[in-house]
Amino acid sequence: MKTGTLKQILLITDGCSNQGEDPIAVSALAKEQGITVNVIGVMEQDVIDDQGLREIENIALAGGGVSQVVYAQQLSQTVQMVTRKAMTQTLQGVVNKELQQILGGSQTMEDLPPEKRGEVMEVVDELGEKVELEVLILVDTSASMKHKLPTVKEALLDLSLSLNARSGDNQFSVFVFPGKKNDVEKLLDWTPRLESLTTIFSKLTTGGITPTGPALREALSSFKKKRSLRSLLSRDDEQYFEESV
Amino acid sequence: MMMNNTLKNLSNITAGTIVEGKWHKNRYVIVKELGYGANGIVYLAQHLNKYVALKLSDNGMSITSEVNVLKSFAKVQGSTLGPSLVDVDDWIRSSGKVSFYAMEYIKGPDFLTFIQQKGAVWIEVLVLQLLSDLHLLHINGWTFGDLKPENLIVTGPPSKIRCIDVGGTTIQGRAIKEFTEFYDRGYWGLGSRKADPGYDLFAVAMIMINTAYPKRFQKTSGGLNQLQMMIRQKPELLKFEQVIIHALQGKYQTAMDMRKAIIDGNHASSQPHTSKTSHVSPQKQRSKPAVHHQRSQVQNQTGQSRQTIVKKKKKRHALETMLIVTTLSFLYFLYIYGQL
Repeated sequence: MKTGTLKQILLITDGCSNQGEDPIAVSALAKEQGITVNVIGVMEQDVIDDQGLREIENIALAGGGVSQVVYAQQLSQTVQMVTRKAMTQTLQGVVNKELQQILGGSQTMEDLPPEKRGEVMEVVDELGEKVELEVLILVDTSASMKHKLPTVKEALLDLSLSLNARSGDNQFSVFVFPGKKNDVEKLLDWTPRLESLTTIFSKLTTGGITPTGPALREALSSFKKKRSLRSLLSRDDEQYFEESV
Repeated sequence: MMMNNTLKNLSNITAGTIVEGKWHKNRYVIVKELGYGANGIVYLAQHLNKYVALKLSDNGMSITSEVNVLKSFAKVQGSTLGPSLVDVDDWIRSSGKVSFYAMEYIKGPDFLTFIQQKGAVWIEVLVLQLLSDLHLLHINGWTFGDLKPENLIVTGPPSKIRCIDVGGTTIQGRAIKEFTEFYDRGYWGLGSRKADPGYDLFAVAMIMINTAYPKRFQKTSGGLNQLQMMIRQKPELLKFEQVIIHALQGKYQTAMDMRKAIIDGNHASSQPHTSKTSHVSPQKQRSKPAVHHQRSQVQNQTGQSRQTIVKKKKKRHALETMLIVTTLSFLYFLYIYGQL
């Protein structure tokens, strides 16, 4: 079963967006383009207010992804759990589509008897191990994120450790918002390894507003550029999983 | 999609509630809640006058995953590590569908509580049991994964270690699906998150350390140094220091190797000097000085205990080869020199 590459945006923020277009709308757009948007809200001494909590939940909902709000201490485990869960969700969607084609009607995995479900789950597990993954990470660098950045860096390094244990290839890219000159700034271009983050993060400064919407926008165009570069090379006829799940 | 919603509509199941499976029509009467995790809640229930543990979740896929693991445990002949599977089904409620599975009810204190109650003398026995069970799993191509003391129950008498959560079990060679930082070698910078026997053995070593530090501890400087320091601060761990360090470094190939090391009482630190076993190399005919050296060493070994012999075997091979090569080269140079 060809699934193409799984594409995810991982948004790490500590509050509400307060600049630029509505992030929920951009997130929904991402979903239409086959990109899943996951959101992690990170708190430390502070607490994220209701508005922020709702926004985090809604961005993930619109983006067909997973959200979670945690204290900075649990960030590493949460990042990997959220990514995995979102991957499984997307893959289940793919498998369900195949099932519907085979069995007809609107049957999903959940409608199968438990024994059959187990066999299908094995397929999903295997896909999760082998599928190619592209994760674009958006890190909030507004003023209140200052003390959380080292934990974010640790969490991202940990994520690459977890995902690189899979057989499937991984590519990561990291952006921060707000950037020094623009709303969004690219920290790391697509790469399978995140080790260089250590030096890059130490030079980061925090401050300014939270342009979540524009950050998501920038993420989308980064995926688009990646896709067009690939099609230029056109090594294989990979099917891009672009339909909404 | 918030993950926290999973448990909301499951927490209002009261004692006496009847759970009936849609597919197999089995009926279970809820007795009480036993515990909860990220993926679902476990209840004690009665079925046909027997107790079972019922795990319920509205995330059907996590139930399916765990059932798959329990089924593969069942295929491993003689395995008693995980609970046996009794039933898998769905329960249709007014609020939606709830997937569940029924498993053997494993009753007893968790590992750390048992050790605190019965004494540290039990650590060795229970760890040996655990290693035997893990070995069985490993030779069948599985890695336990998320091994931690909260999921280890001691039943009995006779005391037997059992595991009650199989969410992290992974096929060897794949990426570990679920882990807990303290017991994860990736967290400590001492290995990858690819599933292999060493991953479980690392967790076993951390569990042994955990017995002396019931509240665990955070990674500070990390790596082997911090862990070694933590071990040395606790006298009760010193007798296991060698085994623990070896397991942390991934030096045991199999659970059986680690088991043997514990049994052989290999608790003291090893001596680096060489010694021979009764296995004498067939190459001894090649050069006289080498043979002489080997013979005297063979005579030595009878006085030595079995444990040092087992340990030195590997070092001896390398030393032997080096000795033979050196002697041969020496003789050859003598010959060349003589020809000049």
